[in-house]
Amino acid sequence: FAGLADVSISEDIPVEGEITVPVASRSPDEDYSTLDEPVRDTILRDLKAVGKKFVHVMYPKKSSTLLRDWDLWGPLVLCVSLALMLQGGSADSKDDGGPQFAEVFVIIWFGAVVITLNSKLLGGTISFFQSLCVLGYCVLPLTVAMLVCRLVLLAGSGTVSFIIRLIVVVAMFGWSTLASTAFLADSQPPNRKALVVYPIFLFYFVISWMILTFTPQ
Amino acid sequence: AGPRIMAAPGGSRSGAADWGGFEDNMQGGGSAVIDMENMDDTSGSSFEDMGEMHQRMKEEEEEETEGEAGAAEEEDGEFLGMKGLRGQLGRQVADQMWQVGKRQASRAFSLYANIDILRPYFDVEPVQVRTRLLESMIPVKMINFPQKIAGELYGPLMLVFTLVAILLHGMKTSDTIIREGTLMGTAIGTCFGYWLGVSSFIYFLAYLCNAQITMVQMLSLLGYGLFGHCITLFVTYNIHFHSLFYIFWLVVGGLSTLRMVAVLVSRTVGHTQRLILCGTLAALHMLFLLYLHFAYHKVVEGILDTLEGPNMPPFQRVARDIPVVSNAVLNTTAKAVALTL
Repeated sequence: FAGLADVSISEDIPVEGEITVPVASRSPDEDYSTLDEPVRDTILRDLKAVGKKFVHVMYPKKSSTLLRDWDLWGPLVLCVSLALMLQGGSADSKDDGGPQFAEVFVIIWFGAVVITLNSKLLGGTISFFQSLCVLGYCVLPLTVAMLVCRLVLLAGSGTVSFIIRLIVVVAMFGWSTLASTAFLADSQPPNRKALVVYPIFLFYFVISWMILTFTPQ
Repeated sequence: AGPRIMAAPGGSRSGAADWGGFEDNMQGGGSAVIDMENMDDTSGSSFEDMGEMHQRMKEEEEEETEGEAGAAEEEDGEFLGMKGLRGQLGRQVADQMWQVGKRQASRAFSLYANIDILRPYFDVEPVQVRTRLLESMIPVKMINFPQKIAGELYGPLMLVFTLVAILLHGMKTSDTIIREGTLMGTAIGTCFGYWLGVSSFIYFLAYLCNAQITMVQMLSLLGYGLFGHCITLFVTYNIHFHSLFYIFWLVVGGLSTLRMVAVLVSRTVGHTQRLILCGTLAALHMLFLLYLHFAYHKVVEGILDTLEGPNMPPFQRVARDIPVVSNAVLNTTAKAVALTL
């Protein structure tokens, strides 16, 4: 373009022509654009998706809904509510109301990431976020257990309440582990399922331990 | 007649490369010529160039709109030209940002691909893991021939996590009020710190003593050596017998240490080197088990002291179920630990 630098047009020559800038045609997925819909529709749609996944977790069948349309809203809600409920444990002591929330949060997400990495390294076919989604949603039974434990603790904190809590937590722990293995184990080569199940078992065991040893002060 | 703009001729030119910068001709009189040479897509400074150009375009447009009384078509033409130019520049900015973003994404992706470096170390079957777990308790007899160490990381990693879980479980069975968060962080930090730190240290010593072992093999060896620790702690956290703990410490801990030591000896030449390497490893491994057992009590004691004040006599909460027989052991142990604290 070096030559064009010298080009100049004298003023008495009228320059005519049509200047049209080609406008990009409207993209074909204009129909699926969700920017124009009211916020309420978006929220309701997301809530419905989350609710459907909750149902899938409570009744684990071999369905791929959890895997196909993964989202992290449900795990976030569950994690935050579990961390909030676990926080009241030492509210009276002068320190940590805060760090406890952060510890639970970090442990849940760090544990989920480690399990996901482990399953990928073992040759899993599931993607990173799908695995996070499944592990997060399967915390739901343990959140329910936490709720039950808090209610039981309101009634008293003797041996009987401990036994009730122990039974509830163990049952929900088993449910969580079974639900998540139902979704995750399929993505592994068949002879290595045990290798993937074990860290999931440990992960939910640690969460169950946190729930069981919770005592409000 | 005000300055005219040479608009983009013809339809064949499509890319932004055809458009150029403006020469500075705010004073009017001359014609505005688009100079392509100022346009440099690859340099970051073209952002500033574009910013300037955008500014100049705006000012020129303002001049145009103020002073122009010409035919509507001409104005329309010029307006469209302006809009077209601005659209093109906007597209260029977007293009730049896309390229920067893509560069960052590909960098992140290559970081992700680094996980595949670890993949061969996780290539195990459950049967192999079980065999190696059992073998970690059996000392090898043949130390004149270098023993094979499987460079696998799945088993050791799972064992470290299991140790963390057992530590937490031990705190639960003591039935004391615990600040879970701090202890959890301590447990994780202790176990991982031991596994990674002692492995690195022994690897460094092995390098000094000319032993034939790689880092991954060392990590694997020490990791499987934690199996004995897991068993010991699991049993003794549920049965609070101090003498039982000592028996387990010697037998189970000793077996796993002997195995590690034998494997290392088989890979080292020279008596002094063997002594240094194996002595260090044995000492660290056995002392770690001792530390895990007693530090747990100590940590609980420390927290209890802060919670309930110094009124409580120390070591009162330790091992409530101990029968009278081992009280003497308990007292001596308590005194010994109190001395060391």
